[in-house]
Amino acid sequence: MNYYVRKLAFYLVAIWAALTLNFIIPRLLPGNPVDILLAKFQQHGGIVDASTRKAYQLLLGGDTDTSLISQYVSYLRNVFRGDLGVSVSYFPARVTDVIATSLPWTIVLIGLATVLSTVIGVTLGAFVGWKPGTWLDSLVPATTLLSAVPYFWLALILVYFFGTKLHWLPVQGGYDVALDPGWSWPFVTSALKYAILPALTIVIASVGGWLLGMRNMMVSTLSEDYILTAQAKGLHEGRILRTYAARNAVLPSVAGFAISLGFVVGGSVVTEQVFSYPGIGSKLLTAVTNNDYALMQGLFLFITLSVLGANLVVDLLYGIIDPRTRARS
Amino acid sequence: MTNLTPTTEPSVADAPEQLAAAEKSSPSGGRPRAGWRLMLPTMTPWLAIGLGLVCVIGLFGILGPFLVGDPTTIRNLGMAGPDGDFLLGTTQTGQDVLAQLAFATRGSLEIGLLVGVLATVLSAFFGIFGTYIGGFVDEAFSLFSNVILVIPGLPLVIVISGFVPPENRGLWTIAIVLALTSWAGSARVLRAQTLSLRTRDYVAAARVAGEPSWRVISVEILPNLLPVLASQFVFAVISAILGEAGLSFLGLGASNSSTLGTMLFYAQNGFALPLGAWWWFIPPGAVIALFGTGLALINFSIDEIINPKLKNARRYRKLAKASRKVAA
Amino acid sequence: MTNSLSDNLIRPEELAQPVSGRRGRPVLTVENLSVIYEVAHPVAAVKDVSLTLAAGEILGLAGESGCGKTTLAYAVNRLHRPPARISAGRVTWHDRDGTDTDLLHLAPEALRAFRWDKLSMVFQGAMNALNPVINIRAQLEDVLTTHRPGMGRAERRRRAGDALELVGVDRSRLRSFAHELSGGMRQRVMIAMALLLQPQVMIMDEPTTALDVVVQREILREIVRLRDDLNFAVIFITHDLPMLLEISDRIAVMLAGEIVELADAQLIYSDPQHEYTRKLLRSFPSLTGERGDFIRSGVAEKKLGTS
Repeated sequence: MNYYVRKLAFYLVAIWAALTLNFIIPRLLPGNPVDILLAKFQQHGGIVDASTRKAYQLLLGGDTDTSLISQYVSYLRNVFRGDLGVSVSYFPARVTDVIATSLPWTIVLIGLATVLSTVIGVTLGAFVGWKPGTWLDSLVPATTLLSAVPYFWLALILVYFFGTKLHWLPVQGGYDVALDPGWSWPFVTSALKYAILPALTIVIASVGGWLLGMRNMMVSTLSEDYILTAQAKGLHEGRILRTYAARNAVLPSVAGFAISLGFVVGGSVVTEQVFSYPGIGSKLLTAVTNNDYALMQGLFLFITLSVLGANLVVDLLYGIIDPRTRARS
Repeated sequence: MTNLTPTTEPSVADAPEQLAAAEKSSPSGGRPRAGWRLMLPTMTPWLAIGLGLVCVIGLFGILGPFLVGDPTTIRNLGMAGPDGDFLLGTTQTGQDVLAQLAFATRGSLEIGLLVGVLATVLSAFFGIFGTYIGGFVDEAFSLFSNVILVIPGLPLVIVISGFVPPENRGLWTIAIVLALTSWAGSARVLRAQTLSLRTRDYVAAARVAGEPSWRVISVEILPNLLPVLASQFVFAVISAILGEAGLSFLGLGASNSSTLGTMLFYAQNGFALPLGAWWWFIPPGAVIALFGTGLALINFSIDEIINPKLKNARRYRKLAKASRKVAA
Repeated sequence: MTNSLSDNLIRPEELAQPVSGRRGRPVLTVENLSVIYEVAHPVAAVKDVSLTLAAGEILGLAGESGCGKTTLAYAVNRLHRPPARISAGRVTWHDRDGTDTDLLHLAPEALRAFRWDKLSMVFQGAMNALNPVINIRAQLEDVLTTHRPGMGRAERRRRAGDALELVGVDRSRLRSFAHELSGGMRQRVMIAMALLLQPQVMIMDEPTTALDVVVQREILREIVRLRDDLNFAVIFITHDLPMLLEISDRIAVMLAGEIVELADAQLIYSDPQHEYTRKLLRSFPSLTGERGDFIRSGVAEKKLGTS
């Protein structure tokens, strides 16, 4: 019980830290974001009055009348009410609406790709660690090489081959723009087709890390006494591999999953840029180029919340699969 | 993605009794490596390849710029393929790709090293020093590291870069931002190691003898942490180079410098690949990939020092293969 | 409550002789076994060892660390790992039903079926010998699912519980994990696991070394009692010679990979033949006699150059 409570408390602290970061960053850095933003706002046809200025100053700083603390409190209140401002690059859409339309795309793509690369990497790593001295060993340096490759570079080369040269797979966008979005069969299949190449590049780039980590842990685990006991017990090889070796060796990978998730989400920004995929990452980049600070802040907040949420789930899961953690705390 | 979780549960040297006893009792050879040599990795083909790659590319970055032409000269050639004059062809504005590559390699190496050092210093401070002191400081540092770790790095870097006006985005700014977002993972690994060392007998003995904290840290603890520190530093350099490349590719990189990332940015914007100018697009990425692979291979060998079971696994494999040949 | 595992398997003719002289038919024969560690300069860990284990007897294997007794035990069951390699010798299993099997040349699948069913092991320091992430019941039951596939679930659970009670651990501990048990309890669980299939031989490698003396005595009593009830042979490996004198029928003393003496426990105590055996016997302080005798006697012998 204690373990779960502690984990929950930690994530609450992390969420608070993310919110505070969001509040502080625009105020710390040089430049006057509010003026730039309001200028753009007017360009797109918005009306600027005192209350609009006040609203943006709450998000981005520059307000010299009210104290920092009261600004902070108002900011937090707005966040919890769901008011994150109006986007300039997608005027007149609200920030929350922009996020709502693009978040599912990212979650599905990144979620699927991460799960795939984890499962493949861990499984292959288990086999490589279990039977050293076979051809599988060569997987280790091969996937390491792939991991050292700049992701977008690899992605672009694959795009060049599969898309431009061979025309096998679509390379831009999230779906066929001729179709109407919705839960229709043609749309879903189209979305899946457009997701193959981005997902493939993510899997290729990240599988190496999982494989190496799992293999190293397998090597360590195989020298433990309980493996010897299992062999002496005359158990089938498959059972020893799964229930005695892999089950123990995978634990640090699960613990480390949380860390790598942050990287994957970050990497999704690059993925979406390369493939013009309509997810949160590409919106973030559009926001940066258009000085759409409010949208930037809102997106960062949501990205962070998603990552924290996923981490929390994985950490709670870890408490279930490793019985020692519950006892330790 | 690079090897992000190198041996997350590092265990201290405990070679299986059989091997140790066997090698000790062998008559003449099998001399155990004494003292400092124990810290050095054994030479394997992989390590040789890794060192080779790193040295070659390093030399290219350091000496290359002195040997090639001017990377910025614009000519009226357009995107020409490799030929006698230009070994790697030209960009869309007729600039020498090979010359650009040399300067870009130097730029990337600079930033990689800079961020690597900064990040390692930060992680050493929060990971080693904080843990050693113990008590509230330890708890606070640990919580701080974990929170930073959990907040996604690249989006944070993008947001910070986004708020900084482009004219202020110099090399140092980017380096600091990258370092600030990447030290947390290392700190956690170092903390785990320091925790296990803090309770060792020889550390307790030093403290009882009244040695000041800084002395205990530098004399008793740091030498044992060197392999892990080295591994984390190598890893920090890899991720710094990749991170900077990613940032530049997104258009958020250092505005006034030339790195492999900015080169790729220009290549992408110049439609190098779609127009078939592979000589412009492939080399920068390849240099990053090869350098990163070299560093990762070196890290393999350092991993073996940290976790001797990996070394034994490799030796067992060799012996198993040898004895299978003998038996056959 | 009847316990399925205590079905009486003792044969009348084996009961005829007193315990110390019990020498029934041989169940395991080791002939000229040699094991080499293939390292940079190969080391012979076991040199030309021969011994015979009789059904139902307790054979003690004594010697200091590194003398090769564990290597020998592992090699018999082919549990040794590279760089260890069996370079010569034969290990023959004489089954209860009359057949003889060459253990060193058994096919892998046959070896797997043989293990634990006919010959089980209890390892030293059960600290790490139990899988930390699955509970005790799973570890007991997978022996049964592997070797007795026809057994139903209820029957399996009953047997697992019975085995625990046989060694003095409460049945409710089936739900526990390894880290929730004390050292003594873990060792008892290991012994229960080793008994599940009613093997004919149990090899015990320093089963009580990691435990404190009071617990040690209890475990030893259990082992002897179980042997008396179920009549399996035991190879008991330890450096603790006085312990072996207490419980063994015969004792083999190992030094640097060779067996230097093999005789009835009584004889080892009263009339040790080999110099090393005598040295071993002298190396344990006695609870009786003059205080300081033990230490001084060693010094005196050094002075005379006789030790």
